[in-house]
Amino acid sequence: MAAPLGTPLDSDPVAGPAAGPEAEQHASRGGVLRYALAKLGGAALSIAMVIVATFFLFRLVPGDPTIAYTRDVPITPEQLDLLRRQMGLDRPLPQQFIDFVLKTLRLDLGTSYEYKRPVAELIGERVGPTLLLAGVGLVVAVSLGLWQGTRAAWHHGGRLDRVSTGISLVLWSVPTFWLGLLLLMVFAAGVGPVPGIFPTRGMEGVDAPDGPAYLFHVAQHLALPCLTLVAVVYAQYLLVMRSSLLEEIGQDYVTTARAKGLRDDEVRRRHAVPNALLPTVTLVFMHIGFVVAGAVSVETVYSWPGLGLLFYKAIQGPDFAVMQGTFMVLCVAVIVMNTLADVAYHFLDPRVRST
Amino acid sequence: MNQFTWSRRRTALSRFWTEFRRHRAGLLGAVVLLVAVALAVMTPFVSDPADLDVTRATGDKMAPPDLSFPLGTDESGRSILVMLLWGSRVSLLIGFMSALLSMVIGTMIGVLAGHFRGWLSAVLMRITDWFLVLPTLVLALVLAAVLGGGSSTLILAIGVTSWASTARLIRAQTLAVEARPYIERSKVLGAGHWHIMTRHVLPSVAPLVLANTTLMVGTAIVLESTLAFLGAGSGQVSWGGMLRGSYDWGAATSGAWWYILTPGFCIVAVVMAFTLCGRALEAVLNPRLREAGR
Amino acid sequence: MTVPVGGEMTVPRTTRQEGDRAPGSENVTMLELRDLTVTYRIAAGEVPAVRGVSLALARGEALGIAGESGSGKSTLAMALLRLLPRDARVSGEILLDGEDVLTMPWGRLRAVRWASASIVFQGAHHALNPVHRIGDQIAEPLLVHGLASPAESRRKVAELLEQVGLPAWRGRSYSHELSGGQRQRVMIAMALACEPHLIVADEPTTALDVMIQAQVLELIRSLIARRGLSLIMISHDLSVLAATCERLAVMYAGRVVETGPSGAVFGDARHPYSRALADAFPLVGDPASRRAPRGLGGDPPDPMDLPSGCSFHPRCPAALPECSTAAVELWPTTDPRHTAACVLVHPETTPRLPHGGAAEDPGSGGAPPQQEPAPHAPGTPASTTVRPEVAP
Repeated sequence: MAAPLGTPLDSDPVAGPAAGPEAEQHASRGGVLRYALAKLGGAALSIAMVIVATFFLFRLVPGDPTIAYTRDVPITPEQLDLLRRQMGLDRPLPQQFIDFVLKTLRLDLGTSYEYKRPVAELIGERVGPTLLLAGVGLVVAVSLGLWQGTRAAWHHGGRLDRVSTGISLVLWSVPTFWLGLLLLMVFAAGVGPVPGIFPTRGMEGVDAPDGPAYLFHVAQHLALPCLTLVAVVYAQYLLVMRSSLLEEIGQDYVTTARAKGLRDDEVRRRHAVPNALLPTVTLVFMHIGFVVAGAVSVETVYSWPGLGLLFYKAIQGPDFAVMQGTFMVLCVAVIVMNTLADVAYHFLDPRVRST
Repeated sequence: MNQFTWSRRRTALSRFWTEFRRHRAGLLGAVVLLVAVALAVMTPFVSDPADLDVTRATGDKMAPPDLSFPLGTDESGRSILVMLLWGSRVSLLIGFMSALLSMVIGTMIGVLAGHFRGWLSAVLMRITDWFLVLPTLVLALVLAAVLGGGSSTLILAIGVTSWASTARLIRAQTLAVEARPYIERSKVLGAGHWHIMTRHVLPSVAPLVLANTTLMVGTAIVLESTLAFLGAGSGQVSWGGMLRGSYDWGAATSGAWWYILTPGFCIVAVVMAFTLCGRALEAVLNPRLREAGR
Repeated sequence: MTVPVGGEMTVPRTTRQEGDRAPGSENVTMLELRDLTVTYRIAAGEVPAVRGVSLALARGEALGIAGESGSGKSTLAMALLRLLPRDARVSGEILLDGEDVLTMPWGRLRAVRWASASIVFQGAHHALNPVHRIGDQIAEPLLVHGLASPAESRRKVAELLEQVGLPAWRGRSYSHELSGGQRQRVMIAMALACEPHLIVADEPTTALDVMIQAQVLELIRSLIARRGLSLIMISHDLSVLAATCERLAVMYAGRVVETGPSGAVFGDARHPYSRALADAFPLVGDPASRRAPRGLGGDPPDPMDLPSGCSFHPRCPAALPECSTAAVELWPTTDPRHTAACVLVHPETTPRLPHGGAAEDPGSGGAPPQQEPAPHAPGTPASTTVRPEVAP
């Protein structure tokens, strides 16, 4: 690293990168703001790309889009014409595109063929369960992964390290849905002498109780889907945290901390882990799309009434309006999370804050 | 080529082999892969595709393993073992082809974005980052659903959605290679873009591409099985498709473990083999990559 | 500002004469190394990094350890506080204030670290934690050792920053906001925090440019002089060491090959390796000598495959046939405090130097190694021929 100083008057405080503490803080705040604005601009562009891609992607459907809507339904040519006009298919493509963009920006995502209801409304109902599943899963997976990753790296090469790295490698190769099927078979249906202790599907049964017991009821339904999701994503967090911390352990400032007479756990907690944590957590949120993909599989296996199940059902239909709407919502959610993580990283990490 | 080139290649290959042999896990992965590929290739010679026909199935429905059906039967009485063998052909083929497609796209975009500066690089990286952020599975599902079933659609859907990380890797490597002095010399001597990219950059990134493709095949097989499970399959018998069948027919709740365990084990074994192999390749090829820079 | 800055380009070669020290302090040993050996165990086998080094440092004395990278000098510094990685095996004795660091229980070792001896690490940029404010990092050892309350530690940090020539508000900065020289000052302030008796400075000025290098050296010199601290300074630059320390030890391939008073070792090096080191680097601030460094050919030996006899003989410009077989140890030269591990110094050999200068007197044969050399022995003429060349 080159010294930012041009003058040899190194001991003179005025020659420092900024005239004083106030000026410095001011400059760094401006830097973060500019960075955040640039990132928000990038996110807006990404979302625009999603909308454009969605429009053209769904025009790739072989044949006339109306065919999908009128499957198995006898229909007269007049009705078909009406439908085409309703869907705006009689207008030129640029006009259709502008209509689509305007409607999307007004959060009008069309009407479901299957449910005969506005897609936005359907999605609104499904957001809660997905947030519950993904949120709980993410919190558990992140804490477990970071904790285990820290331990594995600190006792690098030990038995714990080898076992957890091995397990992570195996979990990395396991398809999420298959793990879900296995857990479903063992813990929900029961195998041999093991009785099924968890419900097999849904977020609540028909016998859902009221009051505090309802929370327990939902938690019971949540257990297996959550476990599946956690198992698959936590393995990666473990590996990321492990390699990130291993890199920090080799750094000189860790030796400085040890030389100062700190205990081993103080060196780890105060020095190595904070440095390893920031990039790891950022990476976790940057790859939030992975959790979304996992949620689609898990919700399908356990019939969890979230966005993933809605998406899956739409593909089975096929219900293109729902598919299109869910696709956009999932993509936009991922882009937003990603941008937040990126900006938060620049805000929290002093190493990049003032650059 | 002359004898000298040939012998030099042979020593490089034998050195590679000596180093690769030291990675026991990688070696195990390679053996598993060889066995899997051999079985997939031999299947048409030992088994009749007619056995996959639901109308001509001979076994009981959802029967547990016995002598005539060593791995049990599915909901229509077909042998799971025969389905696994035929399914391996579909899973491996789609895995290989889509990894190949993704590699070609990723390498092309990576080299272009690394070689050219300015707006072309900026646009390419913007697109790469977009693909990198979006959930691959969701994107591939939509593509497969919109384009309609079939193996080629699946290969296209997986290949087109999973090249982004490769492109980033290759771009970084391209930048590193182009910073070397001999490229500078070559530019001064009037070498064109095409010449530099194909003669200097591509050979230098090739080992990286090989290791990455190996890892990629594993990911592609997982993605293929997930797509098949979620109903966007190729329509042929594949491991993911079998698991979908088991789910549709309630194998998990009715205790038909053989229908769930075997296809899953096959997926995990093959994917792990690719992963171990790829990691070993990376470990062996990467230091050489760095050495070549000196 | 306590530090003289600017104008003074040429730093006096030896600021602290041997007579400077307070009478009586000479005999109190601060640190003593006895046959210190460090071996790294790696997959390919054992790598000896330090091979039987014995050194002593009096209270208030400054000792410079010189050598190329790979000579074992940084490993030696790390071994002093048992900071080596787990794969290093250390044997011998490290007596810090009479107490063996190598056999201390962990609790005692932690108490000794930084409070009895602190280290100014090589490359302050990496040695400072990037996510903590530097003030907190300076205060950390005070709090860890229970030497100050949080409020006292803040005052102490301001004081320490002042002493190294930085304004107190700098304590709120992060290390990336500082220049290289400022970071090195922070490292020095941190090393002084617990008022240890010994400071080990491992290449404290390597990454800095010449001007700042001179300022930081001057700071170190003035601080240790004012506080009466013992200093071990490690560098590959013999001239930097000669300007700061009273005594020098030159290391090659894990061994001390020459040791003695700075002036004698730098100006009248008896080991060809020391001579090469002295020639390779200019005197601090002397632009003429900087432009024409006379480097040493070849690379340092592979520690796993050390040459037989004298480890230096394959690169030695004055190698004799017996160098590849003879066992060398530190033999005294004309000055009993000045010893060198070279057959040319050994009284029994018949020196046949290819070029004029040191050790051309054939009359020293027959004297036993341990005996003090005769007053007319080789060193005397050499010192008069070499010194003027190097001194400004």
